[in-house]
Amino acid sequence: MNAGALLPWVVWLPLASAAVLLLWTRIPRAGVTLLGVGSIAGAALLTAATSLQWLGAREPFTVVLWQWLQLESFAPRIALHFDGLALAMTGVITGVGALIHSYASGYMRDDPRYRPFFAYMNLFVAMMLVLVLADNLLLLYLGWEGVGLCSYLLIGFWNHDPANGAAARKAFITTRVGDTAMAIGLFLLYRELHTLEITGVLTAAPLVWADDTWTPTLVALLILGGAVGKSAQLPLQAWLPDAMAGPTPVSALIHAATMVTAGVYLIARLNGLYLLAPGALAWVGWIGAVSLLLAGTAALVQTDIKRVLAYSTMSQIGYMFLALGAGAWQAAIFHLMTHAFFKALLFLASGSVILACHHEQDIFRMGGLRRALPLAFWSFVVGGAALAALPIVTAGFWSKEAILAGAWSGGHHLWWAMGTACAFLTGLYTFRLVFIAFLGSEHTHAHDEDIWRMRVPLLALMLLSVVGGAIALPLSGVLPDDPAKPASHLPEILAVAAGLAGIALAWLWYGRGAEGAPAATPLRRLIQSGWGFDALYDTLFVRPLYALARINRRDVVDQVYDGLAITLMWLHRLALKPQNGQLRWYAAAMAAGIVVLVGAAQWT
Amino acid sequence: MSAVPLAHALGVCAALFALGLAGLLVRRGLLFSLMCLEIMLNAAGLAFVVGGSRWAQADGQVMFVLVLTLAAAEVAVGLALLLQIHRRFRSLDPDAVAGMKA
Repeated sequence: MNAGALLPWVVWLPLASAAVLLLWTRIPRAGVTLLGVGSIAGAALLTAATSLQWLGAREPFTVVLWQWLQLESFAPRIALHFDGLALAMTGVITGVGALIHSYASGYMRDDPRYRPFFAYMNLFVAMMLVLVLADNLLLLYLGWEGVGLCSYLLIGFWNHDPANGAAARKAFITTRVGDTAMAIGLFLLYRELHTLEITGVLTAAPLVWADDTWTPTLVALLILGGAVGKSAQLPLQAWLPDAMAGPTPVSALIHAATMVTAGVYLIARLNGLYLLAPGALAWVGWIGAVSLLLAGTAALVQTDIKRVLAYSTMSQIGYMFLALGAGAWQAAIFHLMTHAFFKALLFLASGSVILACHHEQDIFRMGGLRRALPLAFWSFVVGGAALAALPIVTAGFWSKEAILAGAWSGGHHLWWAMGTACAFLTGLYTFRLVFIAFLGSEHTHAHDEDIWRMRVPLLALMLLSVVGGAIALPLSGVLPDDPAKPASHLPEILAVAAGLAGIALAWLWYGRGAEGAPAATPLRRLIQSGWGFDALYDTLFVRPLYALARINRRDVVDQVYDGLAITLMWLHRLALKPQNGQLRWYAAAMAAGIVVLVGAAQWT
Repeated sequence: MSAVPLAHALGVCAALFALGLAGLLVRRGLLFSLMCLEIMLNAAGLAFVVGGSRWAQADGQVMFVLVLTLAAAEVAVGLALLLQIHRRFRSLDPDAVAGMKA
């Protein structure tokens, strides 16, 4: 049996499960758990089988399922493409996804909307798999929009609170801004290259644009717009902290491990296009570098446990963008994978904390949770160490070092400096969170609510956060090689020292826990709000739009048509007047009519 | 034997027709409306007879028989409707049944 036979089932399984869960409204709870978790676990096993078979020959292959549509020469197919990059992404999505689904079946066990939750989660996994396995950009766009929809549904999942709905809409609309740019980029790409198949695009682009840098730069920047929106980078980053309104497993799966890294995947997948447009690639790196510093500082002053992690996610994706910009393609995907491990671990552990503290999310009201929640504590220590890139023993160290080494030897010393500065910030904000929440005196009474379905994923992710750095991804055929390792060890030592210094400073400041939140100075408030981007966009876009909408409340264009309808109605009423049912009027009108007719006949 | 001049005879016809029409327009009572219609039909019939006698043709009288038949049929239907209206609305005022307009 060839390796491709199982691949479609990796997508079908979650999709079918989502369909069953959406339509079979009376399914018992045990059935929901079995289908919801089982389908993803099944997909993970199928991915493992496919990957093992693929690793024998390492030949990329395409499974054509059917012709999607045919318009003259435009004939996109529903086809899945499998290679080293797809293997890495599919493995992360199904593997980490299965662990998070298992955790979610415990976390959401008392939720009245248990069934729709798993339906959306499974649909998300199916759409994400379509995104990373698509062999053409149109199918990829289908998955791209599909995950956006699921993200919207799950952020606003607890829809009894209007704030959650607002957060969901914000995420949807903000990413839609990027998606529109991306759609225009795809139109342009098709007009120029007459194909949307990824391999076709990558082979045709250097031939068509042999001596044109302007068009590929424009296309690459437009597609970068989509990536920036999905991956919450500047300037479309403001939605991610608000997206934490969703249930915590959603934050772990969608807004940390998988969907928000789709932008990184897209740029890596189209590496040939970006290599033709060095200007656009530099933009990728700059966006990443600025985003990681901006998010790193914002994470320093958050008080909500999930918002710290959200800004940290933004910052880590900034590292991936920086790596892409510096040409360290494989390091970016490597960091994507390790980040999925330890960020999922941190989010799931924060879910346990939130559950134990009765949905309290303010770290200054926790404190001393180490005793009550040992597993969550150790998860945070391991995940936090990986996030802060503690040398040698964590997965995060290997991937972050690969990125910084790539930036240094690629000649981007400024980016390297920004990344190293953020390594310091990462150590500081991560262990600030860990120390404040878990050390010091207890400010709340926590009660461990975890069941075994939640403990197993935590333990598995802990293991992956430690040894995940040893996984060698088979990316060399798909992505260009990273820049060679720098000759001197100095940059590496500096970066490690920066991270350790951050942890040390966190110990110095927060080692004994914290008594109450610090006073809110204006600067602190500014940074806490993510450097005021919400207020800026509110003034620049939201308010003017509302004002325009208010002016046009009566809809000027519509009034023309309304006027037409009203005039006709009025004429109709007028014509209806003579038909009053009064017999004698009819007779009189008839007589008068005859008189007029005969008179007219006489006249002529 | 043209004792009555044509103009006079037609004048009587016109007067009868006008009387009938006026009655139809002003009387509030379906029975009277029917009678007025009868008068108008008879005025028309008289005009046929006058014409027939003026040109010494039988056609005028034939037409009158036709008009009478028509009038009889009309009255049969009209009276049936009148009875129904009286039964339903307890009134013979045509305006009372104005609500029956389409």
